[in-house]
Amino acid sequence: MFPPPDSVGIVTPQRRRFGALDLQCGVRLPAFELVYETYGELNADRSNAVLICHALSGSHHAAGYHAETDRRPGWWDVCIGPGKPIDTNRFFVVSPNNLGGCHGSTGPRSTNPANGEPYGPNFPNVTVKDWVRSQAMLADALRIDAFAAVIGGSLGGMQAMQWAIDLPERIRHALLIACAPKLSAQNIAFNEIARQAILTDPDYRDGEYVKAEANPDRGLMLARMLGHVTYLSDDSMGDKFGRELRSGDIASGHDVTFQVESYLHYQGRSFSKTFDANTYLLMTRALDYFDPAHEYGDDLVAALSVARCAFLVVSFSTDWRFAPERSDEIVDALVAARRDVVSVGVEASHGHDSFLLPVPRYLAVLSEYLDRVARECGQ
Amino acid sequence: MREELRIIADLVAPGARVLDLGCGNGELLAHLQQHKDVVGYGLDNGAEEIAACIRAGVNVIEQDLDDGLARFADASFDLVLMTDTLQAVRAPDELLDEMLRVGEECIVTFPNFAHWTCRLQLASRGRMPVAKHLPYTWYATPNIHLCTFTDFETLCRDKDLTITERFVVDQAYRQGALINRFPNLFGTTAFYRLRRTHA
Repeated sequence: MFPPPDSVGIVTPQRRRFGALDLQCGVRLPAFELVYETYGELNADRSNAVLICHALSGSHHAAGYHAETDRRPGWWDVCIGPGKPIDTNRFFVVSPNNLGGCHGSTGPRSTNPANGEPYGPNFPNVTVKDWVRSQAMLADALRIDAFAAVIGGSLGGMQAMQWAIDLPERIRHALLIACAPKLSAQNIAFNEIARQAILTDPDYRDGEYVKAEANPDRGLMLARMLGHVTYLSDDSMGDKFGRELRSGDIASGHDVTFQVESYLHYQGRSFSKTFDANTYLLMTRALDYFDPAHEYGDDLVAALSVARCAFLVVSFSTDWRFAPERSDEIVDALVAARRDVVSVGVEASHGHDSFLLPVPRYLAVLSEYLDRVARECGQ
Repeated sequence: MREELRIIADLVAPGARVLDLGCGNGELLAHLQQHKDVVGYGLDNGAEEIAACIRAGVNVIEQDLDDGLARFADASFDLVLMTDTLQAVRAPDELLDEMLRVGEECIVTFPNFAHWTCRLQLASRGRMPVAKHLPYTWYATPNIHLCTFTDFETLCRDKDLTITERFVVDQAYRQGALINRFPNLFGTTAFYRLRRTHA
């Protein structure tokens, strides 16, 4: 049956154009567009809106289907829909594609009005703070004064944290899932390897691959393969693939392909067909540069003291990209700042990726928390 | 609210910063938030308890008490509470120290192993006591460090902790002349309010 009863069904992306935005890097974007989806209905006092912030490779397409023939729904369909944790019967869900993205919002593939050519590698550096400001402009356009909740996993959680600090009057709850207050040296190192894979691909052409009618498929594929390993846990890879062979046999050493190799090749290849290399570079840099404590004298407690919203912080036991200890840093700073916080550590075997998966305890916690959020806005 | 929690609630100063160890379903914190304007955080490690806390709208951090309180800075709370939990932790003496490191004072409650019903069962039948305030069989009890009021007070003396208030009750949370005269024999539960003794 299509659509499934707990799906938002067929959704149509929308698009809005905005005026100038002064980016943190000092560059002024004269104008930009954001593409976004919405699910559910805004209530009469416009208090039931929630903002979904996507992670590194996400998009505005968080739930539902674009066409009946779609093989898969949006990236967070597990959590968003009627009766699901982010219940579209109760909330008005806004899900934009971030500025600098490659799914329709202004980004490296857009035309630079200054010269009529694609921005390519010259798209200015955008930061998590810039994203928050652009998302607030979208909220203005939708006449949403304050979000009942800003929700995100991983890099999305960082945007929710930045919302809490930068726009404390416009956010009632921040849900930070599999998040960290800033990247560790190891995190940055992984990102840099991914970037080098792209930058050293001969088809990257100094970032002008669109003009050259080429694409750094190889670099993107390597970047994605590396990323994927860091999103999973040793156990979950073991469970999923073990040492099983897809072809060949080890005794003769001929044509040996492990299942895990073939899986990574597939993931990498499909990613390289759908994701823009310059966007990947830009998004990983935004991750690396994220450090909301910095402008508060490197004091996370001081930064979070500015917040007025309540927080839900969720971590996953086998996440080693943003390990539970990283969430604890946020929680401890929130307690020191005397902010309201619920902190939950979910036992889950799938590493960082757990935040995208239907882990029962995780969904139960989200449901419970968002039920409270919905009640607060009269839904 | 459970009578035990009502007694504690009365002991909490308005506006206090409170940490509740083993906060359960959060009903004490919810009460303190509503009626005493406290800034409170609960610690618990049960999934159902955490869910109940979320429902009650209280702050809760999922954590095993046996992992200690190292995450909290010195003197970050006015009051640290622990109801009916001391006897179930791995190192109650160390936890008491920690409670008075992160908090100015603490309130601890626990069941009395020297209540006369327990003494009688051990003395007359040679059996591990099972009573209303200690309802578990020896093999299925979460209580791994049971003690008596006298034991606890000895520990406090050894650790140089000052008992600023003691409140002993029976199963129905009543006080009485007999309990006041022989608390360690007739009391089932004690509420202790502690501070570090300053030199």
